[in-house]
Amino acid sequence: MSLLVVLKRVIFAAALLPAAALVYSAFTGGLGANPIDYITDTTGLTALSLLLITLAVTPLRRMTAWNELIRLRRMLGLFAFLYACLHLLTWVVIDWFFDFWAMGADVVERPFITVGMATFLLLLPLAVTSSAAMIRRLGRRWQQLHRLVYVAAITAVVHFWWVVKADFRQPRLFALALSVLLGFRAWWTWRTRASSRS
Amino acid sequence: MAWSLGPIYNAAMLIRKAPDIRYSEVTPKSLYLRRREFIQGATGAAAAAAAALLPSRASGQGGLPKLPNVRKSAYSTTETPNDYDDITSYNNFYEFGSEKDEPQFFARRFVTRPWTVRVEGLVTWQGMYDIDSFIKPHALEERIYRLRCVEGWSMVVPWVGFPLANLIKRLEPLPSARFVEFVTLYDPSQMPGQKVPILQYPYVEGLRMDEAMNPLTILAVGLYGEVLPNQNGAPIRLVVPWKYGFKSIKSIVRIRFRDTQPRTTWAIDAPNEYGFYANVNPNVDHPRWSQATERRLGEFRRRRTEMYNGYGEHVAHLYTGMDLRKNF
Ligand code: HEM
Repeated sequence: MSLLVVLKRVIFAAALLPAAALVYSAFTGGLGANPIDYITDTTGLTALSLLLITLAVTPLRRMTAWNELIRLRRMLGLFAFLYACLHLLTWVVIDWFFDFWAMGADVVERPFITVGMATFLLLLPLAVTSSAAMIRRLGRRWQQLHRLVYVAAITAVVHFWWVVKADFRQPRLFALALSVLLGFRAWWTWRTRASSRS
Repeated sequence: MAWSLGPIYNAAMLIRKAPDIRYSEVTPKSLYLRRREFIQGATGAAAAAAAALLPSRASGQGGLPKLPNVRKSAYSTTETPNDYDDITSYNNFYEFGSEKDEPQFFARRFVTRPWTVRVEGLVTWQGMYDIDSFIKPHALEERIYRLRCVEGWSMVVPWVGFPLANLIKRLEPLPSARFVEFVTLYDPSQMPGQKVPILQYPYVEGLRMDEAMNPLTILAVGLYGEVLPNQNGAPIRLVVPWKYGFKSIKSIVRIRFRDTQPRTTWAIDAPNEYGFYANVNPNVDHPRWSQATERRLGEFRRRRTEMYNGYGEHVAHLYTGMDLRKNF
């Protein structure tokens, strides 16, 4: 078994851990006094973390020149989307219990919900077009479409920022990580352009 | 809530000092059953309805000293109080951590005796009072109140305390006193949250004199018939049931009578989001979220938030003629 396959399995198992922990807690009374809030926060944080980890693949690949790493990216991205779906489902099913009128009002009136919804809608087409067949079919346009992930990562961090009341330590950390990841890309693009000109 | 340091700290403490754990090491059966009901509730409306109909959950057994001679009060709600465990494990007490499950761990060693309360400002009987002699002249009552947090959740809490009005009468404020200011202990060596620059410490809250004199306003020293747990604001805290929870300041060391409106902690932190009055009001939203509904802990469906948290008949007259949108 190649190192990459091992890595892939480890990541697969690790990415399922937060969901498994939630299920375990649900049956052992570990969700605390406000289980709905706990599930919302855990799935949201996991989705955002996985999204940033997905964005770290390319910089890592460039720095290590281990090109096969790219084969981890789709799985990570899809896991991020899975947790975003769980997060959204928690909101729709458990938080509001299909009260679409109230949810609609929330999307329109609450900037943090609006931005969360926008993030989800940005991630949706990326998940849908993640298959090999789609990559082949879309060709160059696939690359262009998947640049949306940068926008989604930014709106996700903004969403987190606006949820928080006063303790901004966590959102600040995520904002910093995202700046590094996007900064790397800007620097890389600038460098390759500069070197192709010379 | 998720990803807090509390559980890690707790695990470390379990290893270090096992016999110290008094409560929450065992989940009561009723609670366990209720959570199971919650899980099932998530899958269907029928089960959800059943969860809401579950009978009340046992009395609180925190293992803290019982308070003697506690009278019942006509101001208590007949609604079922939340579990002792829920009330003592879901706390907004940033001095002991900004996640709700942190204060129960970080407040464990908090020292509440000896404790002095300083009375100062526009008042006759200024001075430093030992906490026990401060409380002693007052008959204790149980007040079962709804508590509505500005974040959109609520609980029913069986406090033990006495009307703030009785204390104020005893201290004899000067006629020029128009506001009462309360200050929480500042002691970063005991309150790790105060080392983190999230809010401006010490925590300050305040009431207009007529609000402070309202019979609903109490100073609480107990919970579920026992001494108040540290994470709930021991040894003495304010409870103002028609206002958002952050007005009900905890672990008070100073009471100052003033002629000008105090600058209060959350209003300093975000003046466009938290006002001095902070009356529960379903019609005036927080800039970032709606205040129209709330989730009562232990319930599945949201419920409508009531004006003045349902205490309008006792307090609405305090605000006649005021623009509640401006004075939020
Ligand atoms: C589909 C639309 C979305 C809705 C309606 C939504 C709604 C919410 C709600 C209600 C909260 C909890 C606020 C609170 O604790 O008071 C929350 C928190 C959060 N959400 Fe979302 N969200 C959405 C999409 C997303 C997406 C796509 C991501 C990430 C990729 C995300 C990441 C987060 C994070 C990180 C938190 C904070 C968790 C914490 O406080 O610890 N959300 N969201």
